[in-house]
Amino acid sequence: MARAKSACEFVAERDESRCVKCQACVRVCANDVHSYDGDTGALFSDYSKCAGCHFCEDICPTGALTIRRNLSDTRENANWTKDYIYKIIRQSENGGVLLTGMGNDRPYRNYFEHIVLNASQVTNPSIDPLREPMELKTFIGRKPDRIEFSGAGKSGGHVLKQKIPPQIELESPIMFSAMSFGSISLNACKSLAKAACDFGVCWNTGEGGLHSELYPYSDRVIVQIASGRFGVNPDYLQRAAALEIKVGQGAKPGIGGHLPGEKVSEEISITRMIPAGTDALSPAPHHDIYSIEDLRQLIFALKEATGYVKPVGVKIAAVHNVAPIASGIVRAGADFITVDGIRGGTGAAPAAIRDNVGIPIELAVAAVDQRLREEGIRNQASLIAAGGFRTSADIVKAIALGADAVYIGTSALISLGCHVCQKCYTGKCNWGIATQDPYLTRRLNPEIGARRAYNLLRAWSLEIKEMLGGMGINAVESLRGNREQLRGVGLSELELKILGIKHAGESW
Amino acid sequence: MKKTKYLIIGNSVSGVNCVEGIRQVDKKGKISIVSDEGVYNYSRPLISYYLGGRIEKSGMPFRDEGFYGENGAELFLNARAEKIDALKKNVTANGGAIEFEKLLIATGGRPFVPRIEGIDSAKEGVFTFTKLSDAEAIIKYIENESIKNAVVLGGGLIGLKCAEGLIERSIKTVIVELADRLLPNTLDKTASGIIEEALEKKECGLIKEETVSAIESRGGRVEGVRLKPGGKTLKTNLFVIAIGVSPDIDIAKAAGIKHGRGITVDSRMRTNFEYIYAAGDVAEGRDSLLGSNAVIAIWPVAAMQGRVAGINMAGGSAVYDGMFPMNAVDIAGVPVVSFGITNPPDTGEYEVLEKKGDGFYKKIVLKNNIISGCIFLGKIERSGIFSGIIRDRMDVTSFKKELLSEDFGLLVLPKEYRKHMVVGEGIEV
Amino acid sequence: MERKAKKIVIKENYCIGCRLCEVYCITQHSKSKDIIKTYKGKGPVPVSGICFEEKGSVSFAIQCRHCDDAPCVENCLTGAMYRDKETGRVLHNREKCVGCWMCVMLCPFGVIKIDRAEKKVVSKCDLCIDGAFPACVEHCPNEAICLVDEDGKKIEKT
Repeated sequence: MARAKSACEFVAERDESRCVKCQACVRVCANDVHSYDGDTGALFSDYSKCAGCHFCEDICPTGALTIRRNLSDTRENANWTKDYIYKIIRQSENGGVLLTGMGNDRPYRNYFEHIVLNASQVTNPSIDPLREPMELKTFIGRKPDRIEFSGAGKSGGHVLKQKIPPQIELESPIMFSAMSFGSISLNACKSLAKAACDFGVCWNTGEGGLHSELYPYSDRVIVQIASGRFGVNPDYLQRAAALEIKVGQGAKPGIGGHLPGEKVSEEISITRMIPAGTDALSPAPHHDIYSIEDLRQLIFALKEATGYVKPVGVKIAAVHNVAPIASGIVRAGADFITVDGIRGGTGAAPAAIRDNVGIPIELAVAAVDQRLREEGIRNQASLIAAGGFRTSADIVKAIALGADAVYIGTSALISLGCHVCQKCYTGKCNWGIATQDPYLTRRLNPEIGARRAYNLLRAWSLEIKEMLGGMGINAVESLRGNREQLRGVGLSELELKILGIKHAGESW
Repeated sequence: MKKTKYLIIGNSVSGVNCVEGIRQVDKKGKISIVSDEGVYNYSRPLISYYLGGRIEKSGMPFRDEGFYGENGAELFLNARAEKIDALKKNVTANGGAIEFEKLLIATGGRPFVPRIEGIDSAKEGVFTFTKLSDAEAIIKYIENESIKNAVVLGGGLIGLKCAEGLIERSIKTVIVELADRLLPNTLDKTASGIIEEALEKKECGLIKEETVSAIESRGGRVEGVRLKPGGKTLKTNLFVIAIGVSPDIDIAKAAGIKHGRGITVDSRMRTNFEYIYAAGDVAEGRDSLLGSNAVIAIWPVAAMQGRVAGINMAGGSAVYDGMFPMNAVDIAGVPVVSFGITNPPDTGEYEVLEKKGDGFYKKIVLKNNIISGCIFLGKIERSGIFSGIIRDRMDVTSFKKELLSEDFGLLVLPKEYRKHMVVGEGIEV
Repeated sequence: MERKAKKIVIKENYCIGCRLCEVYCITQHSKSKDIIKTYKGKGPVPVSGICFEEKGSVSFAIQCRHCDDAPCVENCLTGAMYRDKETGRVLHNREKCVGCWMCVMLCPFGVIKIDRAEKKVVSKCDLCIDGAFPACVEHCPNEAICLVDEDGKKIEKT
């Protein structure tokens, strides 16, 4: 009688000498782990339900609770780890696809951990960003092939001859990834939207449409046009700062989306323009895109619909042929291309897909940048990298590998409270993020959320400036594709070649 | 002849609130107050606590000592207003006349004393109980005569509170009430029953559906009271008559001021003379539940009316849009709050919701889904919410089934109302 | 001129129902002001000045609104319920209280708690007169209760 139930992943340790029985833990746990017995005045915890979200631990006023990994383990076995064993037990019980949330948690090589940055010594001066100007301003959009100036203008300066294609202007090369209202709560959307507007970067609707309460933040929104076309209408396109056709996402390349009917509330139904209570199914492919030519049609249909004043981009998951695909997308007329790596997050995906499909973003960015340069079309589109940026240093490395900007999703949600318990798909997010339950969504006060997400943008931007200054660079523009600033540590020749970087110890 | 801009007859809650109302508008105009009592202001409802020895006299004022000085109001104590000359605008008090520009009559109520056989010859030991002087007299009598037991006629608010004060002085007390229950204007039989039990535990006697028909005295001192003619005699040396008060309208009546049971006033608390106002237990203002004028002899009404009168007397503009009867009281350790009509007539128009538990009782009277009245007994803490619901005549259809629930609170009220009732006070919904 | 009191604003949309406001209110009004000592010590646990309400997914904590025209103050028979002239707070003097329940009857928010046995008002919010900042506001994990000044401007704890 093997039972998955016995696979308690966590235990909640209660220090009885500190517990004052205020029952805050009982009230806040969405998984009903804690309970209070009025007769005996005792508090009980059913660990089997614990998602490891740490909400109770954070709310406990006396620090009496500690959530720990359950030490109960199976016999040590390099192949048959506890994780695989219990996955099989669970599937033997339910006979279905195992779902999961957030990004890939398998120990694939993380190349960011094997890349180090350069700094100026003697031969060139480093720059102190606290004393000297440091530019993080980033423009997303197609750049002209060349620029020419005509004589002196009225004010004495030069006048640009070329017409500059539409751009979005970012105060820092960090944007919030596509996360739909539906996959996350409206309060989470509001938090990110407000933070993005306050800081001067962009946020992204995902494929969930634009709720009317988010209109105040629409001048900094990138709206998605995905395979389900949810919430897409002329108003939606008109409001946006930029448009993004979503072909794929790093957490589930080749897979569509499925928002179960019970999550399609009245508000979501209005925003997505589908009947309340029906499943919101995003097909795996766009049924009108079977070729680069089809994609070109959609890109230009969208440009036509919005009067050629907004950048239109395409988002794909990083897969084996990412470089030639990216080339095709640029040639199809995209103003920017988003590449989402294997560590990209999701609200729900089959674990087998999330954990095994796609390639790491570091390799993908390097390959795409290299290919576009080789083809002489790098200027025709901005390259946005997504999927697993954990620190400002990851971002600096990605930009040096060739990205114009990055999308952050998981780290943005962590700033809102997420503890990466990976239970997003249950809809019972204790932090009020990946849930539509009104009892839970109220836990995320968007005022606090916006403040925290803003703080993250600010903190990372300051760190990026510090790192740039150390390299003697005073504009992020000069870091882009500047692979000389990177060195690999412990990487093979092939890996170094794909990344286009030298090994540590090698000089110019 | 003394002259004053504002003259107030009566120094209780209406009079004092009138001073504050005047001063909201007119910071300077001279205010004079005449009072037939000899003491500085005090809360009349506290006399039972004083009788019971729970508070000192120093704990009875509801405004501190500096009040009159700070507000530039001259207070004439022991000055009974004897006559109002409405046309010549003066009032005779203590033999002298005071000329006024605006007058407030806040003479309050007077205990109703029925013509009981033998009452005239009983000079000692018969009391009423509405003023501090009454309490003082009773205490003195008890102490001088070593009184051990008492009979209180009337199981209304005054009678019960008096009885409670006496019990706290270890006087064995019997209450005689004509109705079939205590607080007949406020409670029903169920609620009364709970209080009767509590009184019994305190060894307070109660005789219902009875009255005192005669007082027996010897040498002018009460020896006992006889119940219905030819009936049983209760031996006692202390007899308190507490069967109600009536508006003290004699001088107003003589001055030609229009009156019903009390002095008739409009929504600005004006009488038929535009410079004469009335407020408090003597006035017949709007009863918002009845939709007509009535005397509502309770503290909050007197306070509100006094304030409204004061503002209008000083040339400001304030409207008294009516209140309704309400009472908060604690009898024998049982707290009770009641609002409005609690014993509806049996006409079929009213709907009654009730819940009785161990030591508590809740009753809500509805008419067309609007609350006309309620009783809270035992558990009163959130009863105040109903004062707002009744005042605003809120339709309770949407939360009717919650009305009796244990955890009734603001949350069950419609969102819009919640918002409305706290505008500026801060609930964001 | 009497000062208007600072007020606690309730954002019911963000109340998560943890009731920590009560825990901290009780602690702040205890002798030790230490949460564990308050609850696990020998002395009686104070009554919180907060009324917590919950129905379905909606909840909020409401405490004395310190009304500008406070019926509890205007109608108090003994002056036990009074307005602090300096801060505008509505405060309660337990010594003076006789338990007439006038304030309870008239408070439209129903936030005054009583002690039947003692015949006294037992608890109402005093905006943490002993502390620099209301404990419930300070510790609300989701900023569902905020302190605002006379003009409605949010006051942050410094």
